Amino acid sequence: MTFATLTSATISRAVGRRWTLIIGSILLGLLILVALVPGFFTSYDPLAFDYKAIMQPPSAAHPFGTDNFGRDVLTRVIWATRIDIQIAVFSTVFPLVFGTIVGTLTGYYGGWLDAIFGRLVDLVITFPFLVIVIAIVAVLGPGLVNMYIAVSAIGWVFYAQLVRAEIRVQKQSDYAAAARVLGYSEMRLIFRHLLPNSITPAIVYWMTDMALAILLGSSLGYLGLGAQPPTAEWGVIIADGKNFMSTAWWMSVFPGIAIVVAGVTFSMVGDGLADLFRRRR
Amino acid sequence: MNQAPAGGREPLLSVRGLRVAFGTPRHELVAVDGVDFDVQPGEVLGLAGESGSGKSLTLRSILRLVKPPARVGGEVFWRGRDIMRMAQAEVRRVRGGEIAMIFQEPMSALNPVLTVGMQIRENLEEHTDLDGAGRQARAVELLDLVGIPASKSRIDDYPHQFSGGMRQRAMIAIALASNPRLLLADEPTTALDVTIQDQILKLILRLRRDLNMSVVLVTHDLGVIAQTCDRLAVMYAGRVVEAGPVADIFAQPRHAYTLGLLNSVPRGGALRQPLSSIAGQPPLLSDQQGGCAFAPRCPFVVPECAVAKPPLVGIAPMHDSACLQHRKVAQR
Repeated sequence: MTFATLTSATISRAVGRRWTLIIGSILLGLLILVALVPGFFTSYDPLAFDYKAIMQPPSAAHPFGTDNFGRDVLTRVIWATRIDIQIAVFSTVFPLVFGTIVGTLTGYYGGWLDAIFGRLVDLVITFPFLVIVIAIVAVLGPGLVNMYIAVSAIGWVFYAQLVRAEIRVQKQSDYAAAARVLGYSEMRLIFRHLLPNSITPAIVYWMTDMALAILLGSSLGYLGLGAQPPTAEWGVIIADGKNFMSTAWWMSVFPGIAIVVAGVTFSMVGDGLADLFRRRR
Repeated sequence: MNQAPAGGREPLLSVRGLRVAFGTPRHELVAVDGVDFDVQPGEVLGLAGESGSGKSLTLRSILRLVKPPARVGGEVFWRGRDIMRMAQAEVRRVRGGEIAMIFQEPMSALNPVLTVGMQIRENLEEHTDLDGAGRQARAVELLDLVGIPASKSRIDDYPHQFSGGMRQRAMIAIALASNPRLLLADEPTTALDVTIQDQILKLILRLRRDLNMSVVLVTHDLGVIAQTCDRLAVMYAGRVVEAGPVADIFAQPRHAYTLGLLNSVPRGGALRQPLSSIAGQPPLLSDQQGGCAFAPRCPFVVPECAVAKPPLVGIAPMHDSACLQHRKVAQR
């Protein structure tokens, strides 16, 4: 009896402190599940035209309605999850890895390496992010792969900055001195001791960055620079529906909601993780 | 070739003319100014002095931990070889393998994201030939050795799950993993309360005896020195001002500063006596004049004290002092 109340109290306290992380993780799990097996959640084909059911409002057969080619909007939003999650991951993984390595080395060694990096950062943050990405995509040509290249070419700088700042603090710490005193090599000191203590901000930022990447991917899709029609991508779907806003609001509103849900999901996970790590310290 | 200074017994560690300076060559701030001392095998040497006297910096310079912009000069002979001239790979073999170090703040000196066991095994991996199972067994053994109860279950704990005293024990276990010949202890008990402090000091003494190590113990606490050390070097303003056997110095200090320090230790017995202190403040690094750095605060000062920095000279067997007035001080 006492034991039961005690454990339930403990659990509710743990949940109470971490509800952002828990709800965010559940939503993220759902998103990933939808992205992995979209066919399981819908029986329609996202690309199949159906001229017998054009621009139908939401109904039992088509909960999100249909678009101007008779495609089921719910199906397209579901299949778009796969593309948008892919955008979130592919446009952030390279920046995370490369930025972390650059930030670690510049932060630890400083000197001319750091000076060059500092000027590079100045150069990059002078330009508005979206403008420079659009410029690069415009040069390389529209499409998802070129968008990944454009975002990665710029995005790593922010990770590098975060990790660099943290490494510079950590390398002054006593345990870093202790590791040096134990005769460990610099590589061991950097990657086994300093990096795990410095990567938290980058991981937290990574989550937020995935939300931003989805927004960016949708924006570029909307502008016709990212995923190309008829690919189902939230931004593309919104763009498809923009001419019909007054007559068929459902074409753009539902993918819009999907973007909001995905963005909130990643932000909640990011916030939750930040909280969790802060408490650990 | 640099040779260790000749002596009757071959010292394990021999520091000669150690100097650490900051700032620009024009406005040099000398934090450690020509420190000499020896550590004999199996000996516990105390390095005492107030905050800013350069004792920690001296200790860290021995292992070349002091990085630019600080400039380090002088010689540090470790079993006859000068650490200051060693190649980086050689220094790394000495660090951890032959000379280990423990720190004042055991929480910040342990890596918070690795378990205690991982940190011990890491040192074993770096400095011994043991295999995985051997390292695990040795790690448990080491935790037992430093007196951590239930070592088998505590080995997978993170540092934050340990109490302050246990962290310092864990830190010592990590340092001892590679069987060092010399342990450098940088105020190892300052952050601990008195009962734990006593346990840690006894542990260090027991390990010294059992493992035949030498210890250099940096502290500002003369009580700790009296309890633990064989010999004592007193530092003031970056210089060793007096060195000798602890018993001799405590019985008859031969430097005005040491006398002042000893007089400022509160004594039991006489209740409600005002604490005596040394008048004045230690000199700023930027404010070094030609003579003895202690002269402005010294009750024994004579005009010659301001002329040149008095050298550390032998005034009795095994007993050195850098005080021109050491005879007068001794008569007190």
